[in-house]
Amino acid sequence: MNKKHWIVLCFLGLFILACKKDNPFKEEIEKFLGFQKPANFPDPGYNFANNPVTKEGFELGRALFYEPRLSRNNTITCGSCHIQSSAFTQHGHDVSHGIDDRLGTRNSPPIMNLAWNKAFMWGGGVYDLDLQPITPITTHEEMDENLENVLNKIRALPKYTAMFKSAFGTEEVTTARFMKALSQFMVMCVSSNSKYDKVMRKEAGAVFSADEQAGYILFKDKCASCHAEPLFTDGSFRNNGLGISPINDKGLYAATLMETDKYKFKVPSLRNLQYTAPYMHDGRFLSLAGVLEHYNSEVQATPNLDPVLDQNGKSGISLSEAQKAILTAFLNTLNDTDFINNKMLSEQ
Amino acid sequence: MITKEKIWKTVLLFSLILIITACSKKEDPAPEFQETNLAPLSVEFDNIVGERTLTFNNTGSPYKNAAGEAFTISRVQYFISNIKVTTEAGKTYTVNQDSSYFLIRGDDKATRFAKVKVPEGDYTSLTFTLGVDSLRSTMPIDKRTGVLDPAAGGGHEDGGMYWGWNNGYIFFKFEGNSAVISDDVNGDPTGKKQFKYHIGFFGGYNAPTLNNIKVISVDLRTAGIAKVRKDRQINIHLFVDIMKVFNGKNTFKIAEKPNVMFDDFTAKIAANFPEMFRHDHTEN
Repeated sequence: MNKKHWIVLCFLGLFILACKKDNPFKEEIEKFLGFQKPANFPDPGYNFANNPVTKEGFELGRALFYEPRLSRNNTITCGSCHIQSSAFTQHGHDVSHGIDDRLGTRNSPPIMNLAWNKAFMWGGGVYDLDLQPITPITTHEEMDENLENVLNKIRALPKYTAMFKSAFGTEEVTTARFMKALSQFMVMCVSSNSKYDKVMRKEAGAVFSADEQAGYILFKDKCASCHAEPLFTDGSFRNNGLGISPINDKGLYAATLMETDKYKFKVPSLRNLQYTAPYMHDGRFLSLAGVLEHYNSEVQATPNLDPVLDQNGKSGISLSEAQKAILTAFLNTLNDTDFINNKMLSEQ
Repeated sequence: MITKEKIWKTVLLFSLILIITACSKKEDPAPEFQETNLAPLSVEFDNIVGERTLTFNNTGSPYKNAAGEAFTISRVQYFISNIKVTTEAGKTYTVNQDSSYFLIRGDDKATRFAKVKVPEGDYTSLTFTLGVDSLRSTMPIDKRTGVLDPAAGGGHEDGGMYWGWNNGYIFFKFEGNSAVISDDVNGDPTGKKQFKYHIGFFGGYNAPTLNNIKVISVDLRTAGIAKVRKDRQINIHLFVDIMKVFNGKNTFKIAEKPNVMFDDFTAKIAANFPEMFRHDHTEN
């Protein structure tokens, strides 16, 4: 072999190496990673041991999430009231807008970070994600269907029986499998790539601006006792002093019948506020400014008002205009564009 | 010398012994209580209404409660669970929990039997739960199969017994019609004059709340103990008097409470439940 031969061989070798490098990279993209806990999040509460997330289970869950047959007249999907571009809420609707143009009584909550959720619904009553979908499916104003019919409709479609087989081993469509598949999709709806998260994880030199930093300090002082980091909710039920609604929604009380639970609602996360207006359990505030003003001057001493909003003889949280501005700057760091644009979570 | 008298005495003695042995044979002594020596036992929940049998929608001859209100019945169904039997000596056997949930439905006679397996033995007491215990009410979806499947029976407007919004089961569902019900919001605005009693609440998922689970014990000694043996089908026949819902210790009027589901009054109605169950006889 002469010098030329060696050069050709070297080039060939380079090509081979280049090819080899390329292939695993492609595989990496296609590989389903399952549920992954973000580095700055606590351990999830969802029982993954009882329902490990698989690619097939997740894909089945996603198909079911966007399946109109879950509703009585095959018109409404879970995604109808939980729209990805609105961080899986129903943007622009104070209360959920369901089947036959019926209106519910509460604002559609986000499908987001549910693996860390201890209780579901604004007024509680549901404490297991695997049982949650029964509520919208059977509620008169939402999907107005019964579960037996839903399962029968799903069983009749070869697309689904094949997907159940891939996900669970046989074509059998049971309540447990149906619910577990939906849970597998929902727990994958993780929002953890906001600017806040990147700053906390010290990613690629992400830092808060001066206003955001000042807002963060103010947030920790005035808001974090209920909207605890990093999920921005402590998962508790509290009365935040909203005026009693015309329909007298008593919140958690309806599920527990305990006097001490009257007018308590679940503390919502503050993540993705930019996409999720309007705010509160009945969507009464159209803007963040409206919410901040509520805490500043509109908190009412209704039964069971949370003690943190009733200190030193004054209701609410005093906020100057300057404080509202920096707080808003901080809250805007909680918006996660990756989450609302993640193709994996979209209808396929 | 053997006298005639002595012969007679001997004969008499033998006869006596024979009779006694015969008797003790008939006595059929209870086998030794062994948890693995299982035999079938059925408990029959025979729904009645006061002095009458249960018939649905019998508008021609409606029932009448203690308050004098005429009514008909369109639905009666309830969960029976956690069946336990106890012998005279106090030995207790609890049926395996996974095989101990039954939905008794008034419209389907086949559902009136709760069929279980218990050790051979003579039982003087029967205990069961009306409703679904709190443990099962909080179990994962996999454990909610058969009558506990949230998809079973259609929605809660129909025969379904699962409350989606409150993670629990309706223990006792009783519906019917009465002319005394008003057509306004306090009665039945649809004009169907329907009453609905959906009684649930198992005590709360993580904080104690209203608990309407009733554990009911029936003494079998008066109307016949259950002699459970492998070669027989023993049936404990209970009467379940639906009228006691209205006429139990917390008597109430349909006109005043035509709909009871999600409020404290459910406890008043649930308090009447134990009175509904009466042991009529045992088929040994």
